[in-house]
Amino acid sequence: MPSMPAKRVAERTTGAALVPLPRVTNEAEPVDPRIGDVDEWGRSEHIRELARMLYEPLYKYWFRAEWEGLEKIPDNGGALLVANHAAAIPSDAPVIMHGIEKELGRAVYGMADHFFKGIPVVGTLWSRGGGVAADPENAYRLLREQKQLALVFPEGSKGPGKTYGERYQLRRFGRGGFVEIAMRSGVPIVPIAVVGAEESMPILAKNATLAKMFGLPYFPLTANVLAFGPLLGGLLYFPAKFKLRVLDPVYFDVPADQERYSKSMVMDEADQIRIRIQDALYDMLRKRTSVWFG
Amino acid sequence: MGKRVLITGLGAFWGGRAALALEKDPDVEMIVGLDTIEPKVELERTEYVRADQSYSILARIVEATQVDTILHTFLEMDSTRMSGRKLHEINVIGTMNLLAAAGAPGSSVRHIIVKSSTLVYGANQSDPAWFREEMTRTAPPRTRVERSIIEVEGYLRDFADDNPHVVVSLLRFSNVLGTDITTALSRALEMPLVPSILGFDPQVQFTEEDDVIRTIEFVMANRIPGIFNVAGDGKLPWSEVVSICGKRRLPLTPVGTGTVAALLDLVRAIDLPPEVLDLLRYGRGVDNRRLKRAGFQYHYTSAGAVESFVRASRLRKTVGNSRPEYHYERDVENFFRHSPAVVREHE
Repeated sequence: MPSMPAKRVAERTTGAALVPLPRVTNEAEPVDPRIGDVDEWGRSEHIRELARMLYEPLYKYWFRAEWEGLEKIPDNGGALLVANHAAAIPSDAPVIMHGIEKELGRAVYGMADHFFKGIPVVGTLWSRGGGVAADPENAYRLLREQKQLALVFPEGSKGPGKTYGERYQLRRFGRGGFVEIAMRSGVPIVPIAVVGAEESMPILAKNATLAKMFGLPYFPLTANVLAFGPLLGGLLYFPAKFKLRVLDPVYFDVPADQERYSKSMVMDEADQIRIRIQDALYDMLRKRTSVWFG
Repeated sequence: MGKRVLITGLGAFWGGRAALALEKDPDVEMIVGLDTIEPKVELERTEYVRADQSYSILARIVEATQVDTILHTFLEMDSTRMSGRKLHEINVIGTMNLLAAAGAPGSSVRHIIVKSSTLVYGANQSDPAWFREEMTRTAPPRTRVERSIIEVEGYLRDFADDNPHVVVSLLRFSNVLGTDITTALSRALEMPLVPSILGFDPQVQFTEEDDVIRTIEFVMANRIPGIFNVAGDGKLPWSEVVSICGKRRLPLTPVGTGTVAALLDLVRAIDLPPEVLDLLRYGRGVDNRRLKRAGFQYHYTSAGAVESFVRASRLRKTVGNSRPEYHYERDVENFFRHSPAVVREHE
């Protein structure tokens, strides 16, 4: 809805025409009797702490996550973390968020589709654990105004929806929206290449009819289900070795807060970032001797 | 010469509260209030005119009283109070007549303040965490109250375009809690077990009722044009709201919530209309910074509004309704305002 014109001075019957300025007072800030620690995004540091405690064994002994170039993630200021996305139930987001929060002591907001917000319990836990709906408005406020770290997977659900045969083949990076957000927010993009997620819960086959029936982006048959049975296999990952490589941050040579950015420039930058992550993945896979031991 | 103010909905909660506040303002010379029902608060100098709900006599009143400011509080946001049809009549037809009177040739009206609601944004799955004034809702409205407010705002936008000499202030208030107001949410929070939706803990926002009146006074005194979200700072999860109230939650099923709510209404436990169920599922946040930039300072945060409500409801529980009921007697009111026998200081 377009806003009404900002200033409109009306003549008054008395002829005294000026709009009086609002009084400037120095009132104290109102007291805020909060009792919880849930922030405006729904994230709770208490719940994150608990989640980190519970997740640490999985991170350390199951996936044995190993980072390279973690120092490239800025200690302060906003940055948009961009990674490849994989596994039927993506295992990469928790690993990245856990690793950065543990090593750098900085909160990471994981941006994902609005889809999650609609699932009972899961949506609430996701939100308390640092999940935020991937909306340009949310990203701008997080990055520009609050100078936080936000994590996005530009492949969206097409990344985790890949079958095993397509592993480590990056999908299209959306329409480059993530680049535009970073430009508008005036923050760098930090690409991260993740190896291991693909093998933690590989998809053998998909069924479009079932997906439609359940309103899901894809309905997978995973190797885990075959190995561990339908119940346990729906939750239990294979202990693939995780390796994460942080690539050099990309700074954009454009002013922040523009109304629009050249679409061709945005698409070009997005593609270059995609290629850099893809190249890093190939390099890491060349050096990998075992899926389980790295 | 001070402001000459016309208030719509004088007999309803907000009209009455606004009139009480404006009577104290020496810059307000004259107040005339319209409603279908009599005022429920004790007013000193406000003139009450009975009108039908679509305000067909409004043009005559505006001409006769030469008001320069209209405060339109008579928009019904609580669909538990009346049928959808009546609500539509009040909101849409009432506003149409009001704007027709205000925009008539030779009209003395120079400022219109409308008390709208953040219901225009709705509460949907694909909403951003914060709505700014220029953003639109992400899903089409499902309820009559939401549709009617959107229609009202449309009329108002057209009016502002057609009448550039009139300052139009459109205030979108988030859910209000406070010492006196009763809404579907406040009723929910006063139940022994507070309804919620299983598996959902949405972030909600509140405005304290005093801040509502202060906002109206602020835009009136400073003649500030434009659309403004009004909501206390911060958001808090519904579970925390319930905790501050010292209550526990009664989770409704996430599937078929509407049916469960209809059953609750049927047994007269509580009426939770669809727009409230949407809020209890997805929550809503509106960015209040535009009004702050204009110079307004809130006295309460969202959590502060909840606390203010809790304190008042504790008092009510102990001593009952602490405010005496007031019954409007036309003859008595006329006597005090107009009888030559009454000595009036200000004359």
